[in-house]
Amino acid sequence: MIALRPILITVALFLSTLSFNMPAFAVDQVSESPAVEARLKKLSIELRCLVCQNSTLADSDAPLAQDLRNEIRKLIEAGKTDEEVVAYLVARYGDFVTFRPPVNATTALLWFGPFLMLIIGLITLMIVLKKRAKLLASDETLS
Amino acid sequence: MMPDIGHYALILALVVAVMQGVLPLAGLSKNNEKLFAFATPMARIQSLLVILSFLILDYAFYANDFSVYYVATTSNSNLPLMFRLAAIWGGHEGSMLFWVAILAVWTLAVTFFAKDLPLRFRSSLLAVMGLISVGFIMFILFTSNPFERIFPAPFDGRDLNPLLQDPGMVFHPPLLYMGYVGFSVAFAFAIAALLDGRLDVTWARWTRPWTTAAWVFLTLGIALGSRWAYYELGWGGWWFWDAVENASFMPWLIGTALIHSLAVTEKRNAFKAWTVLLSICAFSLSLLGTFLVRSGVLTSVHAFATDPSRGLFILLFLVVVIGGALILFALRAPSVGLGEKFDLVSRESLLLTNNVVLFTATGSVLLGTLYPLLIDALNMGKISVGPPYFDTVFVAIMVPGIFLMGVGPIANWKKASVPDLASKLKWALAISVVSALLVPNIMGRLSPMIFVGLLMAFWVMSSVFTSIKMRLNSIPSGSLKQKFKTFGRAYNGMLLAHFGLAVFIIGVTMVKGYEREHDITMQSGETKVINGYDFKFDGILPIRGPNYIAKQGQFHVSKEGKPVALLTPEKRLYPVQGAVMTEASISINPVRDIYISLGEELEEGGWSIRVYFKPFVQWIWLGCVLMGLGGILTMTDKRYRLKNSA
Amino acid sequence: MKLKFILPLVLFFILVGFLGKGLFLDPREVPSPLIGKPAPAFEAPVLGDPSKTFSTADMKGQVWLLNTWASWCAACRDEHPLLVEMLAHDIPLYGLAYKDVEADALKVLDEMGNPYIITANDADGTIGIDYGVYGVPETYIIDKAGIIRYKQIGPITPESLRDKILPLLKELDA
Repeated sequence: MIALRPILITVALFLSTLSFNMPAFAVDQVSESPAVEARLKKLSIELRCLVCQNSTLADSDAPLAQDLRNEIRKLIEAGKTDEEVVAYLVARYGDFVTFRPPVNATTALLWFGPFLMLIIGLITLMIVLKKRAKLLASDETLS
Repeated sequence: MMPDIGHYALILALVVAVMQGVLPLAGLSKNNEKLFAFATPMARIQSLLVILSFLILDYAFYANDFSVYYVATTSNSNLPLMFRLAAIWGGHEGSMLFWVAILAVWTLAVTFFAKDLPLRFRSSLLAVMGLISVGFIMFILFTSNPFERIFPAPFDGRDLNPLLQDPGMVFHPPLLYMGYVGFSVAFAFAIAALLDGRLDVTWARWTRPWTTAAWVFLTLGIALGSRWAYYELGWGGWWFWDAVENASFMPWLIGTALIHSLAVTEKRNAFKAWTVLLSICAFSLSLLGTFLVRSGVLTSVHAFATDPSRGLFILLFLVVVIGGALILFALRAPSVGLGEKFDLVSRESLLLTNNVVLFTATGSVLLGTLYPLLIDALNMGKISVGPPYFDTVFVAIMVPGIFLMGVGPIANWKKASVPDLASKLKWALAISVVSALLVPNIMGRLSPMIFVGLLMAFWVMSSVFTSIKMRLNSIPSGSLKQKFKTFGRAYNGMLLAHFGLAVFIIGVTMVKGYEREHDITMQSGETKVINGYDFKFDGILPIRGPNYIAKQGQFHVSKEGKPVALLTPEKRLYPVQGAVMTEASISINPVRDIYISLGEELEEGGWSIRVYFKPFVQWIWLGCVLMGLGGILTMTDKRYRLKNSA
Repeated sequence: MKLKFILPLVLFFILVGFLGKGLFLDPREVPSPLIGKPAPAFEAPVLGDPSKTFSTADMKGQVWLLNTWASWCAACRDEHPLLVEMLAHDIPLYGLAYKDVEADALKVLDEMGNPYIITANDADGTIGIDYGVYGVPETYIIDKAGIIRYKQIGPITPESLRDKILPLLKELDA
């Protein structure tokens, strides 16, 4: 195993100088209409780039991201609403593509759980404080 | 030779750590006081061995010893010295060793600064820290040995990830780890108190400065990381709610809750079980963060290479440490007493309400971070939870908490009254509402988000001033200076930290509300007017750095004929990794940043350029620094000097 | 012992259960929402012979595999020998050259062997978007009714071929 490592390093050094897994050509076809670009921006910051999965579609330089941005521009120019654009992407890549999870049965706990927890927490605190006051009061009368 | 010594030192440290962990606990169970005497010397020897091991690894970086596999993968002989020394935490193995070295620093600090704790308590405390060290050293030795050698050694290393070649990355991890790992001290205090059966006011008083110290480091560490992301990632974002960012934010939130609940416990000897639970939670979330970063269960920018055996090991460690702590909690916590009385409306109650809010807010971050994993594990599909979720849910939960933050410091301990609070705060409320409407009027746009954000910030600020005024009025005589002298550092620290949070909120609100982004293309020699500023593009200069080559844009920015700044964004190529990096250039001033980054060179000539205007963005980090300073003031209050208190 | 003091322990162990399960899942793999849905229809020029076109309509009534690949993709080259071996199994494999330069793609087929019955050319990647391709190679199995039944994300491996693809093809052909 140890003896293999230098070879691996050499291979890795070689590979890293070439940009594999990236097609060389992809260019943003920036729209002439600022309104289209503004809507693209608003939409794409809430969408996930599927290649480098930690970037938004807005920030990614990945060719697929550029293609998808161009696709979204076309959809916007074709008069689609924001919901329709997101639906278009979700149909192809699933809910994974949007950073704003849809509200449905699966995500109900995600969206409403914290608020429920806050309410339960506050009620519990109230009860505990009252119970505590009572106990302390009875302690006082005993002693 | 040297790396082998480092390796042996670490093995030896493991042996000593086992003794540090086991002997005092044996003493505790057998009631054998003699065994306690081992704790301090063993802790010191163990810490020094770990630190030695760390220094030897860093020496390998200094000496470009590429026969060490880890050095060969994360460094390069052309890397500037500062980055070479910091490259030690640029990968998984070294950063784990760094983690243990930081634990060693905290252990040493405990042996020196907690000398006046009762022997029995201090020994249990050091034993717990020793056991934590055992787990991590074993993890390093068995799954992530940074001293592994390769033969023959490569001529040069694969270089540090260029993203990490930045001064911010030299200081961010040490601060962050000091914070993360620092909560192990609060954890050890809690476990020692549970073991020893002494959960009381003195325990709370001893824990407070240590907890605050860890919190200060974590605050500054997170802030530095955020600022690094802001200028290094090239798109001007400062927080992305990424899994790993959340992993550092959750211990911070719980740590904040802990600082506040410790206040109640220290004052009224009350809610001890809750405070202990928070101490356990803060460190548990630190450990959970370590698991999330290193196991690869979540997608993240920061995630290290994944290896299931590592994940399994840390998970097992989590089960032992957290599970053990919670079992001990379940056994011992029910027997702690109630403490003293306070009213339903009192500063104590408000602090506890704040705890509920902070705890829930942490819960929402945890839920959002882990939800994709939960859904996937239940085979219900794949989803992403990102900024739109946290910006909605987390912020909505925090708003009532921040409102209470304005009320808490005004309320009396033990007993307060609502009408009295209302009359004290009516001016603060009026001023903050008016200011929150006035500022958007100046900036030219008002939205509900901006209004709420500014209202909260001004509310907290005016409450801080109300507190000062009330405190001054409560002192019958003396000059203003004499009156101020009576305040005490803990009190000033609290006010400063609260003020810092308000400053932070202003920064966030102003950036979110009023930032502008412009995507433009410019030819060399061209001048464009953007947002009232003239940008003159004087072309591209070739630059040669120590280990990169770059194209540097020259932009003269002026306003109404007056020069503002020369901005020089770069596009760098790091040849060893073949990585192209964008280096933004920023003109900073207190009320706005102008942020410019180079895009692509266009085929038809010229460059695509992105320009951001970010009003008040520096206030975000200024606020964090003020919070940190507040923490430092608090923990250096004379109340916590151990000499007279034990 | 009171219940409320055990609650944190219980919650923690539930969490550990999920985290443990999570170790064996791949967070980066995005399952296709298209499984069980009709394969997006397309008509594209044939690689190497642009005068002809390949159309999904022609595939009605057959079970077939669509393998997306490109000459610039290292993982595709790793996968390629296996695809060539698959010729022995008589698998109806069709290719989709994704965002590739035609000459480069043809050169790969020339040098490494051509495992495809026909390769359609998706030069601008729009067909790829319709199929939800996010990283070549990806392979789709489409049944007689034109429904996508399976998606292999990343290279086909001998294991996935043996355990998933071949059994599924057998089932669909029956």
